[in-house]
Amino acid sequence: MAEAARLNLTDEELERYQKQLKVILEAFRMLDEVDTEGVEPSFHPIELEDVLRDDEPSRWSWDPLANSMHKEDGYFRGPRIQ
Amino acid sequence: MSMLEQAHRINQRYRAFNHVAESLEAEGGGRLAGFHVSVKDNVCVKGMPSTAGSKVLEGYTPPFDATVVAKCRLEGAAILGKTAQDEFGFGTFNVNTPYSIPLNPHDTGRSPGGSSGGAAVVTAVADFPHLAIAESTGGSISCPASFCGVVGVTPTYGRTSRWGLIDYANSLDKIGCMGKTVRDAALLLSVISGPDRYDSTVLHAPVEDYGAQAGEPVEGLRVGVPKEYFGEGVDQGVSDVVWGGVKRLEDQGAEVREVSLPFTRYSLSSYYIIAMAEASTNLAKYCGLRYGLQLPLVGSFDEYFSAVRSVGFGDEAKRRIILGTYARMAGYRDAYYLKALKVRTRVIEDFRRVYRDVDVLAAPTMPVVAPRFDEIADMEPIQHYMMDILTVAPNLAGVPMVSVPCGESHGMPVGLHIMADYLGEGDMIRAATAAEAS
Repeated sequence: MAEAARLNLTDEELERYQKQLKVILEAFRMLDEVDTEGVEPSFHPIELEDVLRDDEPSRWSWDPLANSMHKEDGYFRGPRIQ
Repeated sequence: MSMLEQAHRINQRYRAFNHVAESLEAEGGGRLAGFHVSVKDNVCVKGMPSTAGSKVLEGYTPPFDATVVAKCRLEGAAILGKTAQDEFGFGTFNVNTPYSIPLNPHDTGRSPGGSSGGAAVVTAVADFPHLAIAESTGGSISCPASFCGVVGVTPTYGRTSRWGLIDYANSLDKIGCMGKTVRDAALLLSVISGPDRYDSTVLHAPVEDYGAQAGEPVEGLRVGVPKEYFGEGVDQGVSDVVWGGVKRLEDQGAEVREVSLPFTRYSLSSYYIIAMAEASTNLAKYCGLRYGLQLPLVGSFDEYFSAVRSVGFGDEAKRRIILGTYARMAGYRDAYYLKALKVRTRVIEDFRRVYRDVDVLAAPTMPVVAPRFDEIADMEPIQHYMMDILTVAPNLAGVPMVSVPCGESHGMPVGLHIMADYLGEGDMIRAATAAEAS
């Protein structure tokens, strides 16, 4: 799971999280008591309406690279893809 | 003493800020002229370091203002600084952060609550005109407001723009506000509400003058007291003080009746699964390339990202990322994530049904008064989560709520929680003023 989430965990973390997550996941299983037959999932709390704005081109006034130390010729520079 | 000196003094005493402004600038008149606004660290302020309480955002300085901040500036407010919080809002006591861990001004051995702890502390102790921008995902405005004895407003989901918010869980995050009085908080709510071209989830319903609702009569207002909010785990002293607040509403002509929200007990699990699932996807963007914590470019893509994330995220963030990833994985998705979303529908139906009979609900905000730091240190993660049993349901449903100070128990402030129907902020403010302890 940690690998899928791109986290390197120490042995101590692995052991501690395993214990804690077991307790938490068991508590979550309480939801099995709820009858949800035919109930739709709520991805959002309320119905959203589509609101369209005018399709006008606009440009941010700031430099998107301003907070990066990894940049070259106006581009972000990333690690090597292997 | 200048305002900035006062802010620094508050910080020395209570560690309430992650950053204090270098200078105070306000543009002319407006509804917030003369006010100083502090901003929770996860809401971007142009030119001020904004970390959301996380090391992974160390050094990040936004080149823009969040919409709510821009709205405050347009109304003449000066931005005072960035207030302390749990990392990305992951916490109930504001102890989950490598930066400032704020202290409760009523007893510095106790937590001010979280995750908007710094906001509540500054609101409680500032003796100059001050308002706070805060944010709630599952109770992060109500909890610290209750523990610190201030007013904390969480609006209807979508009432305020989330543009410029360093997000935690998109379907749950709401930017709100705090003030010393209901009237003050209501004023800021009016300023920050309303449409924004940069956030398509904002509701387009007209924005009322919520400040004008403060102090309006509550005669005939139907107030429901949900029996599930006074059950096991709720401190008797807290319950008694809250009933005192309900009595004040009744004395002023409100019609009080008992109601039931039967799915309340399931809201905690539903909330945490959804919040962690959304957080684990949101936090995927922190890869140490564009902003925040960056390391020398060594190794492959995966090696680099994993290295940055492993040192950048704190303990609770890692726990939530792993749990959220698990809840969304093939094979577990139906049992956890989808199940939680269906239970959320049940919780929403609870609120919709009860609001056919009452205008607002009144309950304790938190089951206890602010705990001591040594008590918190002995708690397991699941016990931290359990503290949110009374605040997660309305946050999951997206209805508006306000925590208003209504007395003391064990020498610490107790908050009364007023929850209203979708876009029922007007009724909510009216009820809150009537219940406010004078």
